[in-house]
Amino acid sequence: MHLDAVLLARLQFAFTIAWHIIFPAFTIGLASYLAVLEGLWLATGRAAFDVLYRFWVKIFALSFGMGVVSGVVMSYEFGTNWSVFAAKASPAIGPMLGFEVLTAFFLEASFLGVMLFGRQKVGKALHFLATCIVALGTLSSAFWIISANSWMQHPVAFMMDERGRFIVTDWAKAIFSPTMPLRFVHMVLAAYLSTALVVGAASAFMLLKRPGQAESRIALRMAIGMALVVAPLQLLVGDAAGKQVAEVQPAKLAAIEAFWDTKGHQAFNVIAWPDRGVQANRFALAVPELGSWITHGRADAVVTGLKDVGVRNQPPVAVVFWAFRIMVGLGVLMILEGVAGAVLWLTGRLDRTKLFLAFATLMGPAGFMAVIAGWTTAEVGRQPYVVYGWLRTADAVAPVGPAQVSVSLLAFLVVYAVVFCVGALYILRMMAEGPAPLAKPPPPDRAPGSPMAAAPTEDLP
Amino acid sequence: MTVDLPLIWAGLLAFAVFAYVVMDGFDLGIGILFPTLAPGDERDKAMNSVAPVWDGNETWLVLGGGGMMAAFPLAYSIILPALYAPIIAMLLGLIFRGVAFEFRSRNPRHRAFWELAFTGGSLVAALAQGITLGALLQGVTVAGRAYGGGWWEWLSPFSLLTGVSLVIGYALLGSTWLVMKSEGAMQAHARRMAGRLGAGTVACIVLVSAATPFLKHRYAERWFAMPNVLFTAQIPLLVALGAVLFFLSLRKGYERWPFLLALGLFGLSFAGLGVSIFPDIVPGAVSIQEAAAPAASLSFMLAGAAIIIPIILAYTSYAYWVFRGKVGEEGYH
Repeated sequence: MHLDAVLLARLQFAFTIAWHIIFPAFTIGLASYLAVLEGLWLATGRAAFDVLYRFWVKIFALSFGMGVVSGVVMSYEFGTNWSVFAAKASPAIGPMLGFEVLTAFFLEASFLGVMLFGRQKVGKALHFLATCIVALGTLSSAFWIISANSWMQHPVAFMMDERGRFIVTDWAKAIFSPTMPLRFVHMVLAAYLSTALVVGAASAFMLLKRPGQAESRIALRMAIGMALVVAPLQLLVGDAAGKQVAEVQPAKLAAIEAFWDTKGHQAFNVIAWPDRGVQANRFALAVPELGSWITHGRADAVVTGLKDVGVRNQPPVAVVFWAFRIMVGLGVLMILEGVAGAVLWLTGRLDRTKLFLAFATLMGPAGFMAVIAGWTTAEVGRQPYVVYGWLRTADAVAPVGPAQVSVSLLAFLVVYAVVFCVGALYILRMMAEGPAPLAKPPPPDRAPGSPMAAAPTEDLP
Repeated sequence: MTVDLPLIWAGLLAFAVFAYVVMDGFDLGIGILFPTLAPGDERDKAMNSVAPVWDGNETWLVLGGGGMMAAFPLAYSIILPALYAPIIAMLLGLIFRGVAFEFRSRNPRHRAFWELAFTGGSLVAALAQGITLGALLQGVTVAGRAYGGGWWEWLSPFSLLTGVSLVIGYALLGSTWLVMKSEGAMQAHARRMAGRLGAGTVACIVLVSAATPFLKHRYAERWFAMPNVLFTAQIPLLVALGAVLFFLSLRKGYERWPFLLALGLFGLSFAGLGVSIFPDIVPGAVSIQEAAAPAASLSFMLAGAAIIIPIILAYTSYAYWVFRGKVGEEGYH
């Protein structure tokens, strides 16, 4: 009975947060992309950047709206379903979430209005400033949420009072907990990559449909440039973050790699069928020695196995193992897209290689899938704890019965399915229509006769 | 002199809740009034009049929830499970009406559906918020440090009354906002609605005020015992004065005063709530002091909030100022 409520509450949280994370991941990247587009437009005066801005800002508005409404849900779910967690842990994470509201949400919300509707009212410079502020707000939001989550994954700088509450003794240390900086970079890069893949996919699709479409050619090149640089970088950052996991959450690392025995010279399980029932892998395709080397940089490094943490403290191994592999696999495909795209670009074949354009189109949702897989690794991997090592998930749940949680879960399932799927369809339709060149080009801002006046406006790199 | 951190935070939280109620109040009110507006131009204008600001308005709700979680975790962990159903209903309502802003203009064939979602979502959110308020006032069962009541405890004639009252009150804010932002036939319509809704709001204030002292003996004491009554009696007197001025301003054709006076009525009602509830945060069960987070958390947040909240107020005012004046054609793409 009690377990049912815990499981249902976990399902509800997983469902609502997995939907939610898609929107911030997209809008963090898209806000920065819009700032770059508007900056380029102001700097070069090329109408193509303005066309792209006007196209993507509509998609941004839609995504942002869905992010807001699904985010409001999160801020109340802590109380409705996880009230014991809220009572005990919010003296520590409450201020971090509070600062997220104060330094990010208000900033984004207020300047979003100016960004979407104020172009005629505030002038170009202020409008650009509003775009930059919104982008800054999205980054600030990521900072605080990663800060709170990193503290929950690896709580530091606190003591526990007689009511079981976490009292922070050093805020700087709690906010910048040891794993926080790398995880923040990892998340921001993930958001940038996800956005680049969406922009790349929409542009590639447009080029398949209307070969040579000018704005889509520019946007595809920007996306490829981003993927080329950021995807390999993300691999390095992710690897470094993984080494931190090995240090602070050995059970999670053991689950990621399906290590059961503590030993040196661990083999690397490329694929496996880990089974908690038998406390072993029923099947594994393994490379000898590589496991220790990947996780600790040395083949003779002793790596903790799951048997050593005790069955009671083991996360669901198979979920973590496979979620991690999905994330990494998608990451490799992203690197491939960046490299292949760059090679085609350099050899002048980018716009006519249909196979690549189709591949880039299919990769559109890959970033979001990787983000969800990555968060699944992080969040399922720290089970059975919600505050790692200190508060078990089963002890954190609100005193609500399974019936209430089931009904609300069902309501969320139905509403999210309708609202966000329709929203996604609207976005896909806008992408299928593509950027619309301005009906009549706006009067050039450059003085006639100035050097810039002779520069072509619709030319391409 | 020692600083009473919990009291300061209670004040800040009350401010956030009030800011939410009046700001999201008028845009929820526009959702509630939407079916009474002519399809096409009038509805577009009503939507455009709040489009640039609704998101910021709703952020105060996140601050209210997040702030309570951070500053008064005990109250947060009791109130939300106690009000499980209305809170979830509110969240779902806010989803529908929030996405309707963008979705409405995406596909003409879906427009009627998203307009319905806009109104339905606004109505459900307003009703659920009013029910939440009434349920809190009538008291929730607390066992130990957690909610100990049943699943329908929030439902009562009183909480339904406060629910309906808030719907009417929000619609009043919405109609007076439209008086301020629109012109011509639309403004005349908004003015007529504001008159009716003003009468409804005043009636609701009277009913809720009359019922409240019967909920708990303590409320009656706070309102009617000497010498409290010398102070508390000012509130109904000011409400009466505000109501008279409101109807006068409406009749005289003022454009801004009806909205400001409606805000005044909300402010006085809010002050009245304060009189009933203070110094509790979960009425009759948990005081502000008992519910407060440890000083380490409150002082850290206060240092930040003292700097950031004035900045927020400044740029929120700027955003409103940018979109001042009558609403025009510009809006959804």
